[in-house]
Amino acid sequence: MSTADSPLAALWERDAVKIGVLLAGIYLAYVLVGVVLDYGVRGQLNSIATLTFYVALFALLSLALNLHWGYTGMFNIGVVGFMAVGIYVMAVVSKAPATEAAAGSVGGLGLPLWVGVLAGTVAAGLLGLLVALPALRLRADYLAIVTVAMSEMVRFTFLSGTFQRFEVGGLVIGFGGGSGLLLDFGSPVEQLFDALFLGGVYDGLVGLTGTVIENNPQPVTNGLLYGVLLLGAVGLYYVVLGRLGNSPFGRVLKAIREDEDAANALGKDTKAFKTKAFVLGCALMGLGGILWYMTSGAITPNTYRPRLTFFIWIALIIGGAGSNTGSVMGGALFAALLFQGPRFLQSVVNNLVDVEAPSTFGQALAPIAGAGDLAPLGFYVIDSVRQLQLIVMGLVLIFLMHRRPEGLLGHRKEPAASVELERRPDRETPYTDGGETDE
Amino acid sequence: MGVTESYSRGRELVEGNPLALVFGLLIVLLLFDLVGKLASGAVQVSSVAVLVKDGLARGLVIGLAGIGLSMTYSILNFANFAHGDYITAGAFSGWATTYLIAGGFGSSANVGSLLLVGAGGSVFGGALGISVTATPVAVVGGMVVAGGGAILLSLVIDRLVFEPIRDRDGITLLITSIGVAFALRYTIQFVFGPSKRGTTAAGGVPTLSVPVVDGTVRITAHDATLAVVAGGLMLGVHLLLQRTRLGKAMRAMADNEDLARVTGIPTERVVRFTWIIGGGLTGVAGYVFVLWKGTLGWFDGWILLLLIFAAVILGGIGSIYGAIVGGLVIGLTASLSVVWIPSSFSRASAFLMMILILVVKPTGLFSGRSTA
Amino acid sequence: MSDDPTAETAAGEPTSTSTVDSAEHDENGPDANNDTTVSVEREPDLRDDDAPDPEEVPLRVDGLRKEFGGITAVADASFQVEAGTLTGLIGPNGAGKSTTFNCITGVHEPTAGTVTFRGEDITGLASHTVANRGLVRTFQIAREFGEMTVLENLMLAPGGQRGESLWRSVLPFVRDDVVGQESELRERCWETLEFFEIDHLAHEFAGNLSGGQRKLLELARALLTEPDVLLLDEPFAGVNPSLEERLLDHVHELRADGYTFLIVEHDMDLIMDNCEHVVVMHQGSVLTEGPPETVRKDEDVIEAYLGGDV
Repeated sequence: MSTADSPLAALWERDAVKIGVLLAGIYLAYVLVGVVLDYGVRGQLNSIATLTFYVALFALLSLALNLHWGYTGMFNIGVVGFMAVGIYVMAVVSKAPATEAAAGSVGGLGLPLWVGVLAGTVAAGLLGLLVALPALRLRADYLAIVTVAMSEMVRFTFLSGTFQRFEVGGLVIGFGGGSGLLLDFGSPVEQLFDALFLGGVYDGLVGLTGTVIENNPQPVTNGLLYGVLLLGAVGLYYVVLGRLGNSPFGRVLKAIREDEDAANALGKDTKAFKTKAFVLGCALMGLGGILWYMTSGAITPNTYRPRLTFFIWIALIIGGAGSNTGSVMGGALFAALLFQGPRFLQSVVNNLVDVEAPSTFGQALAPIAGAGDLAPLGFYVIDSVRQLQLIVMGLVLIFLMHRRPEGLLGHRKEPAASVELERRPDRETPYTDGGETDE
Repeated sequence: MGVTESYSRGRELVEGNPLALVFGLLIVLLLFDLVGKLASGAVQVSSVAVLVKDGLARGLVIGLAGIGLSMTYSILNFANFAHGDYITAGAFSGWATTYLIAGGFGSSANVGSLLLVGAGGSVFGGALGISVTATPVAVVGGMVVAGGGAILLSLVIDRLVFEPIRDRDGITLLITSIGVAFALRYTIQFVFGPSKRGTTAAGGVPTLSVPVVDGTVRITAHDATLAVVAGGLMLGVHLLLQRTRLGKAMRAMADNEDLARVTGIPTERVVRFTWIIGGGLTGVAGYVFVLWKGTLGWFDGWILLLLIFAAVILGGIGSIYGAIVGGLVIGLTASLSVVWIPSSFSRASAFLMMILILVVKPTGLFSGRSTA
Repeated sequence: MSDDPTAETAAGEPTSTSTVDSAEHDENGPDANNDTTVSVEREPDLRDDDAPDPEEVPLRVDGLRKEFGGITAVADASFQVEAGTLTGLIGPNGAGKSTTFNCITGVHEPTAGTVTFRGEDITGLASHTVANRGLVRTFQIAREFGEMTVLENLMLAPGGQRGESLWRSVLPFVRDDVVGQESELRERCWETLEFFEIDHLAHEFAGNLSGGQRKLLELARALLTEPDVLLLDEPFAGVNPSLEERLLDHVHELRADGYTFLIVEHDMDLIMDNCEHVVVMHQGSVLTEGPPETVRKDEDVIEAYLGGDV
């Protein structure tokens, strides 16, 4: 081993460094493409904000899913149901009240934003409890089917005319049916700063952005600050779930993943542990859903289809189930390469070429047969990038399961104790034996 | 199963599971309620009859497609989440053929448009006058191609995707099948476009009006086609499994793969036939479903998938009769539930049924885990 | 069903030979020969024991019965395990040993009968509750936590870990308490590793161990739960002879320290040579029980278990 790379290698061993390097690489690539395309400051900042948004959210949700699948081996493919419950409950609690039964107007309880966030998170956790009671004793594949069915039932509920609007104590509330809900509670970033009595600081930041962007800097500032807020949430999830994993609690979860009966035989009430972990994970998914959609202006039930769940699964599998670091890296890679990447590419191509996409696959193919003209097919491909990226995601998932089921970081030792286990501390000499026989 | 045996089985079920008793009572209660509603005239007998007809038709499709899912689930030991998209793929391949034949191989519309099943509204099934009576050759041809297409697809996917990881656990295969589902579904969308199209000439289908107490039930030629095709194929599978060596080998493998291998059953061959039979039935199920409902979209199979899982679990994984009965129960549940609950929850009621079965009797109604 | 009164005499009654020193290895038992086709089924023992002192008899099984569907796996099995003994449970394949084990440890709920542990009725309690009462089992095929290291496998086992509460493991300050307890625990685990001479494997994934090492790990893990009675399900199956010797030494050492063992074993010689009390099961019920030499001479055992060859 050469002495020159060992400090670097040692540095790379640290998980925070791995995540940092990966994020730096992703951002650099995006900025460089932006420079090449002459995006301008506003465009660059917006693209960074969007990237940060998705990187952080996929990291958050993979972390939550990792608690279920990676740690405990609970095969939950109903993630989107918990996200939907989170944001819907949050919306109903925090939307401005509507007392008049005016046509189409559905209001909320008008409570502060943080109450809504809390309520949404708790509601997702409670749904988790409801699912856990019958379902956690089922085989993994049955649990999968039950959870995905549950997430569809959640969507049907929000879609249903039955709960579209109803009156509670003189307030007209509801889930809005197929047309969804307008989120009329303003920018959460501004409200957060105001709540912390930092309104002045916020105005200062907007002013700062205003020095590089002339017109209306506020949305850009909000986007960036929200990204920072989300990264903070990722940090929080990472620390909390890391502590959870490196503790006796996490140790029992891992034992359950490996062999539930054996853990039971050692006196661990595995059902209670599973329920706790499941409920916590669901609450974190609910919070993830809230953070994802609270700035979107409106929500409709059909956003919450199972494919969103599978996005998060792919992110987790890229990173490697069982590892929090892997979850964050998988989330970041998924967001940058598979989720945002193709859309980014699409806008790049649209910027460079005048795309005149044919409306059907047939019209795209016909010119090839005729004059060997590949351009229409190319345009069709660019125009259908949102479908193609889903095909690619499917292929990536198949590839990973074939070639690298343990994920990006490979087979890792994830410690399962709150204390250092690698070396025995109370010894005069460290637990190594230079050259002694020790297979 | 003798009467006494089923009685004692039932007693065991109830004693072991108070929930099962509650479940049974609930069904009885609902039936009483239905009778009451019918007697008081709150619900018309004819409208219930329509719901039953509808539920049976859906149930047959679910059951037919469920046989394939159930067989692969028990013989290959994994829940194939791509199964719904095999249905869609089969339906599209079959309907492309039907369009091509009904469109006179390009004489009444552009061949490309016909092959893409009228993507982007370039040609309409109604305009081609497609129905089982008006264009029987196109429909039969399409049905055959749908079955063949789905067989080919499932064999190719098995060879490329599932066979290399046959020795891994069921969860790995399940996750992989989700990848297959994604790739397949959005390839279909990429090629055939995202629109939902009408496929049949709705007005031109012969219809029989059957008078029922307070109204009539209309039975169309497509209803009849669905019933005949589904019933015939189910009977065929039954004979195949009971009467042929292959069927016996398949049943043996569903019970215990290792044992089957030791006793010299060529397992890969059995696996291949499982895909062939399951895939064929699935493709045809997709085709007749589209014929029956008159529309086709890239989403159709995925929508059915969870209901099919519900049916297969209800009937007991590995049992083809279970899949058929499960399909009918799920179809009827979803259809009849609108008597009591809003129609937006009809699928939810079928899912709820599945969850209840999983909790009460996870092995399903036809437990014992044999294909027989 | 044939009534067989001869077995009655051998059952339970301590004979003049009384307890045999467990360290006695010199006797060669008869060859275990299992191909028996004799079907002997007995009526349940109708013994009328006075309730024994739970201090002396921590584990009692009375009239245990387990049916699966229409099949009776265990039919009215009754026996007891005295404190500080090595009690062996033997019988041919399908005799109901494993089902009995599973009924005692809460894996199956018995159809009828009671299991009494230290004077308390534990019939039908959940496995983890049974384990927490001090009755801990190992498995026939070692069930290690493969993706966890050997040390982590051990760290899992002890009961009463404060860090097993969700909020304690996460919240600042409270977690320090957890860390403190974990440091003590780690020391105990290291001592256990050394006792079983597998400390060099501490950081190995348990899934990479050999079959025999897994058995050691399982025993070590069970021991760390601080049980009163250990139920070992075929602890020597698939273990090479030198490791078997080591494992046996450990068991004897632990017995000397006051642990009580109930061992299910296929290998009759091993049980005869090492246990002071042997329970023989056949076709779901207890054929006979007593000290090894009594059992060995028992006509029924020879007839049923050894197929009449000896």
